[in-house]
Amino acid sequence: MFERLKAMLIKEFIQALRDPRMRFVLFVVPMVQTVVFGYAVNTDVKHVATAIFDLDNSAESRELAARFGKSGYFDVKEHIQLEGRVREAVDRGEVKAVLRLNRGFGETLRSGRAASLQLILDGTDSNTAGIVLSYAGKIAASYGDQLRVTRAGREGGPPMRVATVELEARAWFNENLESRNFYVPAIIANIVLIITMLLSSMAVVREKEIGTIEQIIVTPIRRGEFILGKTIPFVLIGFADVALITAIAVFWFEVPIRGSIPLLFGGTALFLLSTLGMGLLISTVSRTQQQAMMSAFFFIFPAMLLSGFAFPIENMPEAIQWLTYANPLRYYLVIIRGIFLKGVGAEVLWPQLAGLALLGSTIFFIAVRRFHKTLS
Amino acid sequence: MKLQRIKAVAKKEFLHVLRDPRSLIMGIAIPLLLLFLFGYALTLDVDNVPLIVWDQSDSPASREFVSRFSGSRYFSQQRHTDNYREIESAIDRREALIAHVIPVDFARHIGSGEKAPVQAILDGSDPNTATIALGYAEAVTRSYSREISLRQALRHGGTTAVAQLDVRPRVWFNDDLISRNYSYPGLIAVIMMVIAALLTSLTVVREWETGTMEQLISTPLRGPELIVGKLIPYFTIGVLDLLLSVLVGEFVFAVPLRGSLWLLFGMSVVFLVGALSLGMLISVTARSQLLASQFALVATMLPAFLLSGFIFPIDNMPLPIQGITHIITARYFVTILRGIYLKDVGLDVLAGEAVFLAVFAVVVITLAIRKFRKKIV
Repeated sequence: MFERLKAMLIKEFIQALRDPRMRFVLFVVPMVQTVVFGYAVNTDVKHVATAIFDLDNSAESRELAARFGKSGYFDVKEHIQLEGRVREAVDRGEVKAVLRLNRGFGETLRSGRAASLQLILDGTDSNTAGIVLSYAGKIAASYGDQLRVTRAGREGGPPMRVATVELEARAWFNENLESRNFYVPAIIANIVLIITMLLSSMAVVREKEIGTIEQIIVTPIRRGEFILGKTIPFVLIGFADVALITAIAVFWFEVPIRGSIPLLFGGTALFLLSTLGMGLLISTVSRTQQQAMMSAFFFIFPAMLLSGFAFPIENMPEAIQWLTYANPLRYYLVIIRGIFLKGVGAEVLWPQLAGLALLGSTIFFIAVRRFHKTLS
Repeated sequence: MKLQRIKAVAKKEFLHVLRDPRSLIMGIAIPLLLLFLFGYALTLDVDNVPLIVWDQSDSPASREFVSRFSGSRYFSQQRHTDNYREIESAIDRREALIAHVIPVDFARHIGSGEKAPVQAILDGSDPNTATIALGYAEAVTRSYSREISLRQALRHGGTTAVAQLDVRPRVWFNDDLISRNYSYPGLIAVIMMVIAALLTSLTVVREWETGTMEQLISTPLRGPELIVGKLIPYFTIGVLDLLLSVLVGEFVFAVPLRGSLWLLFGMSVVFLVGALSLGMLISVTARSQLLASQFALVATMLPAFLLSGFIFPIDNMPLPIQGITHIITARYFVTILRGIYLKDVGLDVLAGEAVFLAVFAVVVITLAIRKFRKKIV
């Protein structure tokens, strides 16, 4: 049995790796994707293009505008003079926010009354706009506090002592709240999913489509050996890609890896059970590679989008949240992020590992059974 | 180019698509799936932040502070604890996104008119959610802090005139900051690229791989006729998907379409021709379907998702990557779609983008045709 399996494996490896373009697709493309992904996928909100429309032009209004510029969140791109330019700059997307200070702003503040500043936001990107708004609130509040203190000092007498409450935020696992640390490890999951599921299904269907499967059927090879021969190369390719991407994440992007690397590979093995199982399953119901590719994406899209990769699962409607329990990627992502960022081990991740094992073996079992039927 | 031969190829390809109903169904089902996922299930909005509180002070002041959080619609889920370990495990297991530790001397600080710090521990492993959650928590804290200050100032017989500063936001184009209005228009660009990747990228290479190309070569058919003929059925599917997207956006998800519908269709058709031609170019160049599928993924689908500004803002990317996005057509189309949908701008603002799409379409279809002729000879 080992001899036949060995022969099959040699054939598969030659087929997968003979073509230099295929080697390129299997190893170089994932690396390029990781680098582009790592730079492009970023939801940190910094350097928001901002315009200042200062109708007051007092010491106070200039001070506030300067505070916006110095905060690091706002990049002051221009000082607007004319009302009409506000609309134009936002329409053309040249600025995402306009800080408008009306006439009398400084005067109001000096007399100790409540003043307001107007912030016009381009709401098309609702996520960014919401974050920008909370930055602006913070800057305004800190300026307000300082004005109060200086005012009390100027009025003489003992400074009035009033209490304030302040939040001192400390982010665990990712002190500077860098989104890269969140996304880069997760790229592993997406690339492994696409490579193993799509390529394994297409590789099997290819033999059907161009007819070479007839030749394999007449050889003494058993079905189990055929399945192993088709899947083992992708297991190894999957592991190699995990190692490559992990290296890029750690050495290039300096994402911390705090947990156990063997556990990462263990989790990957369980995950591959699901993806290769799905790949086999798709190959049993497809006759052409195009069908296989489309069917694979019919699963890959929801798997990626409903995994918590970018969109938090807690925000989804409840029915969809239940659905995500059937998504192997969901468990795998928790495992990867847990190992990379939190440094937790199997004692915390066992529910995910168990879920992945259960899901994977079920899918693989069904796939193998169906596969036997279609071959006979 | 003879119209008759183009018609013949188009008919053959139509039959091919119709007799392989799965590809046709998938060509409609995958876009619909994406539309409903993005319209219904996926949002970056954060409106439920599970909070865990360790109130060491356990005083009227600290309880009042905590009650402000229960009153906010963002922090409806609240849990209390009296030890650090429970906070650790709650954050490890994602049962809490934020933890407040109110120190023992909280009430004393407030009573004596000092600064009273409260520690907020965040789960930084999801930085996007954490940033937004912290923003909410800071706003609640600020309003409470201001109220306390005012109250004490009054009690001290001080002036009621405590200078304060408010932000009055005015959000344009998307008043309620609904993230669906942001993602949905861009989705049309993604869907068209997906069709290009999944349908056109395999159409020519399949004929080579299965050997049917030999038969086609032996007919009087010319290269350009084959390419154009093969594009027509996929173009039809693309237009169908476009109609579906606009209708679902209008009637199911009520995404505001403020600009001109005709401009939207016109620009979409130009983009679609470019996208399908790119798929075709890949199909003509690749030697096997496996390779073609991977190239299509890297050249069409991933950039449309990642580098177009569809979800991840281009402004946040480092400069070299921003440079790359300038050759991604989806980037321009996403700008056009958002402009038409949300901002109600016309060709006067979008002219640059429109010209780029048109030039791209012409260049790529010409390339596809020329590449192909070289091989057939």
